[in-house]
Amino acid sequence: MTREMTGAKMVVEALKEQGVDTIFGYPGGAVLPIYDEVFQQNDIRHILVRHEQGAVHAAEGYARSTGKPGVVLVTSGPGATNAVTGLTDALLDSIPLVVLTGQVPTFMIGSDAFQEADTVGITRPCTKHNWLVKDTDQLAATLHEGFHVATSGRPGPVLIDIPKDVQFATGTYEPAKPTASHYQPAVKGDMEEITELVAALEVAERPVFYTGGGVINSGPAASQLLRELVEATGIPITSTLMGLGAYPASGKNWLGMLGMHGLYEANLAMHDCDLMINIGARFDDRITGRLDAFSPNSIKAHIDIDPSSINKVIKADIPIVGDVAHVLEDILKVWKARGRKVNREAIAKWQEQVSEWRKVNCLAFAADEKTIKPQYALQRLEELTKKHDRYITTEVGQHQMWAAQYLNFEDPNRWMTSGGLGTMGYGFPASIGVQMAHPDALVINVAGEASWLMNMQEMGTAVQYRLPVKQFILNNERLGMVRQWQELLHGERYSHSWSEALPDFVKLAEAFGAKGIICKDPKDLDDAIIEMIEYEGPVIFDCLVEKHENCFPMIPSGKAHNEMLMGEADTQGVIQSTGAVLV
Amino acid sequence: MSALHIKKGSTKHSAYNLRPNFSDVQEQHTLAVVVENEPGVLARVIGLFSGRGYNIESLTVAEVDHTGHLSRITVVTTGTPQVIEQIKAQLGRIVSVHEVHDLTVEGPSVERELAIFKVVGDGEKRVEALRLADIFRANVVDSTLNSFIFEITGAPDKIDAFADLMRPLGLAEVARTGVAALLRGA
Repeated sequence: MTREMTGAKMVVEALKEQGVDTIFGYPGGAVLPIYDEVFQQNDIRHILVRHEQGAVHAAEGYARSTGKPGVVLVTSGPGATNAVTGLTDALLDSIPLVVLTGQVPTFMIGSDAFQEADTVGITRPCTKHNWLVKDTDQLAATLHEGFHVATSGRPGPVLIDIPKDVQFATGTYEPAKPTASHYQPAVKGDMEEITELVAALEVAERPVFYTGGGVINSGPAASQLLRELVEATGIPITSTLMGLGAYPASGKNWLGMLGMHGLYEANLAMHDCDLMINIGARFDDRITGRLDAFSPNSIKAHIDIDPSSINKVIKADIPIVGDVAHVLEDILKVWKARGRKVNREAIAKWQEQVSEWRKVNCLAFAADEKTIKPQYALQRLEELTKKHDRYITTEVGQHQMWAAQYLNFEDPNRWMTSGGLGTMGYGFPASIGVQMAHPDALVINVAGEASWLMNMQEMGTAVQYRLPVKQFILNNERLGMVRQWQELLHGERYSHSWSEALPDFVKLAEAFGAKGIICKDPKDLDDAIIEMIEYEGPVIFDCLVEKHENCFPMIPSGKAHNEMLMGEADTQGVIQSTGAVLV
Repeated sequence: MSALHIKKGSTKHSAYNLRPNFSDVQEQHTLAVVVENEPGVLARVIGLFSGRGYNIESLTVAEVDHTGHLSRITVVTTGTPQVIEQIKAQLGRIVSVHEVHDLTVEGPSVERELAIFKVVGDGEKRVEALRLADIFRANVVDSTLNSFIFEITGAPDKIDAFADLMRPLGLAEVARTGVAALLRGA
């Protein structure tokens, strides 16, 4: 069934056909025809953000919390360039997005027209793929292909640039065809490699699962299969920042997050293991630390849907290219068929060793009666919100690491954070996207005051759409992580790492028509958090915390997993000049 | 360790031609990349090389299948075996790339390049240039009383050799196409 219609109408039709219910956007001259079509229908809700970067992060929050692609509609020129940070963020964290940008009419392209930018040129390195559509007859097929590419294989952001004359012109609408694209990444892993992995798993004495965002991206089935495999084998499991929630934090084999600010037991298990099973993670530098001392005695299996992830950083002894859910299903099948064997005796000893490491209690901190320690704030937040239908987003910095350490995630898609790019300003708009997808859930953005200010204009969006997002700001009046590095690496010269002239956050909330809460006394914290939860609308929670707290454990740059700093006492002269040049 | 019977670095079952041990030796590889013939596809490939810091020694591109909208990019690159594997994997995940062939690994292959040389001179040098061109089977495609343009095809090292010989004889300008390459046999 093909139909004649304008390009602008095709956009709306294609979005409907793809099952899109929400788009985030900001209008402008080059997308007015599409906005006119958006106006004349009721199937797709449009959320008007206050800045295009906010639209992309909101779409990321929507996508991560639902598993569906996020959709963005912005105008040409500045609309598109403002989206670049969000696109890069989504690329590094493998978040499926379809971003539609308006463009000046085809006959004006290249003339430096008003609000013209080479959008496909600018976004080529920060999208998985992008298209400039010059012919209305190609528009519908390109839109469908965009959704296919964004969601197939390793997910990622795509951008479709649509000149204004293409939106006005009439063409033929082609419905989506499942076989139309040559882009069909393999999802099944090689059975020989899978069998080799199972054979290794059967005899390993100190195995560990190292899981990442790929498990979440693979869908809920992947998390289920992972849990089945972990429970059946009793193998300890750790996860990257991106993978939190795939295995429940309450699970008995859970080691906690690993990496630069990961838990002691997780990093030592990685260092001492004899079989490392990487499932959907990519050996990021925040994970590996010093490469030549990374888990020196282990056989490394690496499951990843992207062949370019394999052997990029760490040599894989058992490389498996495939989708996590498909591969885990096959691993379980083979493992069961071969008699469900593991080296029970050795693993029991290994678990004992893990228990010894746990006793170190690496997340212990010195509580204070007068000042709120940020760790304490998060412990209380966890305690008072864990029974809720809860989603957490974060900004970037110390608060993000503390949130990953002190909040517990029982399910996938409940934790939205900017991992690869480390984008300050991500969390607030992301919380808006999450709340749009889950209107009745408790959505909290754990923030630092500096990050939060980067996209604070989105308060307007939250209030306009009555989105009860809770902005839980750990306010230390510092760029905490920068300050921490300056203390450890730059002779305590705190160059431009404090937040001066901060707004009064309560008044700021009220100015936007939201609620503001300030809390500085540990004794008042519980009541204040409960007040925040119970308020039926957006809240800015200004939690004044200890200003000079550092985030531990910490693997300093240039060090190995077994060279963690556990607290202030360990920090004297630890980072040498070779480490200081790393980020 | 003893409980595991896998040799470290073993990748013997891999479909991705992973080497058992990566070395630091720089290798030169000729890659043939079949791509969708669409605007910007060359920028994607070149952008990958510059963005990730890979080398391009030579690059040729032209449409090879008009009905199928396919172009063939032949790129000669250098890097350690690990880098070469990364380049191939990264090329392979570009959405507009259909196939990536490493002709150096899949070989033997035939590599040819076309070059044209302008040689300016007179007297004995002019005669010598013409004589050497004959030995190299280069054709004269333009001539004036004090210059020749030679056209030569061959493997890149043959063209290098010809350039070396022409230099003292008045070599003024060179234009080279870069390598086109195909696997031998059917």
